Amino acid sequence: MIDVDLSALQEEAGEASAVPSKTKIAVKNLDLYYGEFHALHNINMDMPENKITAYIGPSGCGKSTLLRTLNRMNDLVEGCRIEGEVVIDGENVYARGTDVNRLRKRVGMVFQKPNPFPMTVYDNIAFGPRTHGVKDKAKLDEIVETALRKAAIFDEVKDTLKKSALALSGGQQQRLCIARALAVEPEVLLMDEATSALDPISTGRIEELATELKKDYTVVMVTHNMQQAARVSDMCAFFLLGDLVEFDETQVLFSHPKEKRTEDYITGRFG
Amino acid sequence: MSDTANTAARKPHRKTSSVILNALVHLAIFLTIAVLLIVVGYILVMGIPNLKPELFALEYNSDNVSMLPSLVDTLLAVLLTLVIAVPLGVMAAIFLVEYTTRGNKFVKIVRLTAETLAGIPSIVYGLFGMLFFVVFLGWGLSLLAGCLTLAIMVLPTVMRTTEEALRAVPDAYREGSFGLGAGRLRTVLSVVLPPAMPGILGGIILSIGRIVGESAALIFTAGSVAAIPDSVFGSVRTMSVHMYVLASEGLHIDATYATAVVLLVIVLLINALASFVAKRLTKGNEE
Repeated sequence: MIDVDLSALQEEAGEASAVPSKTKIAVKNLDLYYGEFHALHNINMDMPENKITAYIGPSGCGKSTLLRTLNRMNDLVEGCRIEGEVVIDGENVYARGTDVNRLRKRVGMVFQKPNPFPMTVYDNIAFGPRTHGVKDKAKLDEIVETALRKAAIFDEVKDTLKKSALALSGGQQQRLCIARALAVEPEVLLMDEATSALDPISTGRIEELATELKKDYTVVMVTHNMQQAARVSDMCAFFLLGDLVEFDETQVLFSHPKEKRTEDYITGRFG
Repeated sequence: MSDTANTAARKPHRKTSSVILNALVHLAIFLTIAVLLIVVGYILVMGIPNLKPELFALEYNSDNVSMLPSLVDTLLAVLLTLVIAVPLGVMAAIFLVEYTTRGNKFVKIVRLTAETLAGIPSIVYGLFGMLFFVVFLGWGLSLLAGCLTLAIMVLPTVMRTTEEALRAVPDAYREGSFGLGAGRLRTVLSVVLPPAMPGILGGIILSIGRIVGESAALIFTAGSVAAIPDSVFGSVRTMSVHMYVLASEGLHIDATYATAVVLLVIVLLINALASFVAKRLTKGNEE
């Protein structure tokens, strides 16, 4: 059912896996509960710097939940309890006294549905930098332009910077949200099914963009779409019912899965 | 088989009932519009011929029964009441929606209190205002006592409408803002409040309607001196109270209608102004 172009994968893997890179984010013995419900079971994984790590798995397997623990967005969910550690650059983000706002500045996030604020394109991008104290007009202009260029949307919106961001198309809105996340100069970019609400052309552009962005950022993405994981990611993790079943280089996971359950999933036997 | 027979048998019946229902709905629409037109039309017909220049004399006396002082008093009362009630109501609503968790007991108590407050007849507020502000605090019949009483009256309205407006703002905006490392205050002020502004202004317009239309509570607290007060401790007579006084004296029914016309126009103007402001405030919002 799923056609994965293996030769292309191996070609890509050839360059990608040459140097094992430094760990950016380490999840250690992480358990997560929503009230009584045990949503994530003892997750352990190391995500490498300047790579794209993809989380795949059927709905409700906990992949989005895990993504949201990385920048503590689950703090906003009532009844959510977390045990274990998420270590970013050697710092446990769940340690007491962690500045959550600073963490979220370092670990940016793009959501499933594009969620530009109801303001102008410019103000959307400038929101983050302004929040973190940038007031100088010229500096803001520069940040806005750089962020829009990085998100490959500058040419499309450069004449409508002062118009409402809600007037953009869905794909443009999502790239705007990526630009908005990049404007606060994060180190990690989390993408929570960032293309699931978009058409194939917009999806393609965002995938290209993700590949481009990993030069400067560590990208972690959740995706429903296995081909997307295969096309874009360097590392891939397969989740099932709150368990991390398998985590490996993407090309290995897709060509020689170690676990029967992984194989069943990627060959389309369930999910 | 019995099913189809059933439907066939019931068909004509259904048709009749839908015709009746249709007629009732149209009748309801007609009646609603008719009542509004009759009331407004009646006031205009009775009031406009009586709009005479002396009704707008600077000083009120029992000959000219000028409404100008009470017009100024009305605007003062609206302004002062809103200055007291709006910040309180909006901040309370922000607290309830943005700073507490869902299903919180305290929130339920506050909401129940606000709803009860909204259901109390205005004469009771007037009585309380008189006993507390006028007598106990010794302010006398005054603009301040009247406005504080009115403020307590409209507080639930402001709070509830603000709450609903805040709840209507999609959580995606909040997530987006938190995700960029913005704190709660920054999120509320810059991301949540602007799109909620039209709803909040709706509540303010409702409140203005109540303030302008209130007479019972004000007679007891602000008195009925038809003059522009020197300070907030002066007694005032809003237009509604003015109409009440003129009508109960029975000598100036014509002037009462004229006052009603002016009051109607003022309310319409305030509403128009408020919706204009709402449009300006939400400029960046539309597609």
